Amino acid sequence: MKIFGRRDRERRGPEGLWHTCRECGEMAYEREFEMAHKVCPKCGFHERLSAPERIALLLDDPEAFVQIAPRLATTDPLKFERDGLTYPEHLARYQQSSGLIEAVICGKGRLDGAEICLAVIDFRFLGASMGAVVGEKITLTVEAAMEARLPLVIVNCSGGARMQEGMLSLMQMAKTSAALRRFHDAGLLYISVMTDPTLAGVTASFASLADVIVAEPGATIGFTGRRLIEQIVKQKLPEDAQSAEFMQEHGMVDLVSPRRALKDLLGRLLNLYTGAGAPVDSPAEEAEAASVEESPEGPEAAPKVDESQPAGGQV
Amino acid sequence: MATLEFERELVKLREDLEEIREDRGFKGDREARISELEFELKARTTRVFAELTPWDKVQLARHPDRPHALDFIDLILTDFVEMHGDRHFGDDPAVVGGPAKLAGQRVMVIGHQKGRDTRENVRRNFGMASPEGFRKARRLMVQAEKFGMPVVTLLDIPGASPVLEAEERGQAWAIADNLLEMAGLRVPIVVVVIGEGGSGGALALGIGDRILMLEHTVYSVASPEGAASIVWRDHKFAPEAAAALKLTPPDLIELGIVDRIVPEPPGGAHIDFDAAAELLVGALEDELAALAGRDIDALVAARYEKFRSMGRGAVAPV
Repeated sequence: MKIFGRRDRERRGPEGLWHTCRECGEMAYEREFEMAHKVCPKCGFHERLSAPERIALLLDDPEAFVQIAPRLATTDPLKFERDGLTYPEHLARYQQSSGLIEAVICGKGRLDGAEICLAVIDFRFLGASMGAVVGEKITLTVEAAMEARLPLVIVNCSGGARMQEGMLSLMQMAKTSAALRRFHDAGLLYISVMTDPTLAGVTASFASLADVIVAEPGATIGFTGRRLIEQIVKQKLPEDAQSAEFMQEHGMVDLVSPRRALKDLLGRLLNLYTGAGAPVDSPAEEAEAASVEESPEGPEAAPKVDESQPAGGQV
Repeated sequence: MATLEFERELVKLREDLEEIREDRGFKGDREARISELEFELKARTTRVFAELTPWDKVQLARHPDRPHALDFIDLILTDFVEMHGDRHFGDDPAVVGGPAKLAGQRVMVIGHQKGRDTRENVRRNFGMASPEGFRKARRLMVQAEKFGMPVVTLLDIPGASPVLEAEERGQAWAIADNLLEMAGLRVPIVVVVIGEGGSGGALALGIGDRILMLEHTVYSVASPEGAASIVWRDHKFAPEAAAALKLTPPDLIELGIVDRIVPEPPGGAHIDFDAAAELLVGALEDELAALAGRDIDALVAARYEKFRSMGRGAVAPV
């Protein structure tokens, strides 16, 4: 199954079109916004990436990504229906609008030369909710990584459980966690990247059961959603409550990394923890030359560590 | 005593029956009247319970008079010593646990704990556990493994505590850590839903070798109100959501999630704690005896396979 559709290839759009930031409302050149991997050049707001965009951002050769169980879909085990709309009909809308069969894309690829198993969840697909397909594909990816003794990277996001699959959805938390127990017992590395939003059952299972947790700036991370907390305590939460930075302050995530530095950071971590990929102490020029060659999108697409960022926690 | 709408006629009959039993000066054939009323009560109970909707069943599972974890612990176990604290931040009264004996055998019992009255409910946060509660539970599970005691968990929680303080202290992380721990714990685990099995907070005590549900309980991915506000965009559609979610014990047996339904006395566990406890203790003794003889590696492998296969029938390539 092709993961890069027509829309993805054309995603940069024609020159001269404007993008309006969802956060600050400022306009920027669409091209500039896309070149920055959908980070607002004005305020630094990190817009959500689709799974294909994320794979293109992180992998050395995205076209060489070998998918795991790409065609897996739900069978509607509960025969769920709301106001005459069946669950399969509901899903078909999201399949059409996103071009995906389900909310996660999994497979094997290379990141800075290191072979990894990678799963990326896509918010466009029913709020990246976790049903049996997401649980099964994540578990298959954990098992594939264990089988091949490869590091595992999961780019997480989710609104929570897939209501339309009821308890089978809740049990995916148990299933993925059990698989990760075996994975960790096997002495392998799992890096979780938490993106906006990572909530509820996904945070309370595989997203947080990692050796290293990296979050994207401004991402909402937590268990209970803001709206429900506010309903229950009957007061507004502070603006930054449940942000990646808030969660880092409370000791829940290791690093908050801007998107432009994410690939480089993951490459370093893979090398530091497992020795895989490019050595971290290689001369900077060499590493740069290598990433220019390997990047399908040219040098501007290969994120580098920004030395101007403050040290101490943040990358 | 709280009375649910559909319980009214049964409560009235029970009161009548009680009155005649106490009325020494009853004119007429007292014994005959009593057996007549008993017969009627039985027949009506059967009828009322046969007609319950999924939403009624949710109300029954949440019945404020139902036996809670400490009631069952008191009735089915001996020598229970309640342990406190997560050794990190505090003690959560919404989770209780400690070592005890079941029919003379050592067990580690851990349960969610709701309050009986308003004051106790405030103290126990209506059973909505905090990260400290889940971490205390995990601490006791690790102890159980160390000392070779099987674990019995009693699930009864509306949902994990949904407040900012819980977020700050890692609610999601606390739940996830329990899932990881229970998945590989090297002692037998028997899980019993004794009331409301609410979402991730329930699952945080819910991985085991055998999953039991008392007859009038529910176990759900989210509260029907929560699911309604997500899917129907309005929590008032909770009755519709309750029906759609398939949260009753027979539904969950069919979905391959639950292993066994433990019957309750007629009218529900809250009518007769002793009878409910007796039915539960019988089931637990069976289950623990069957697990006791198992090789521990085989048991942990079988537990993995049990959860690994959940939802397998719900996916297929297209």
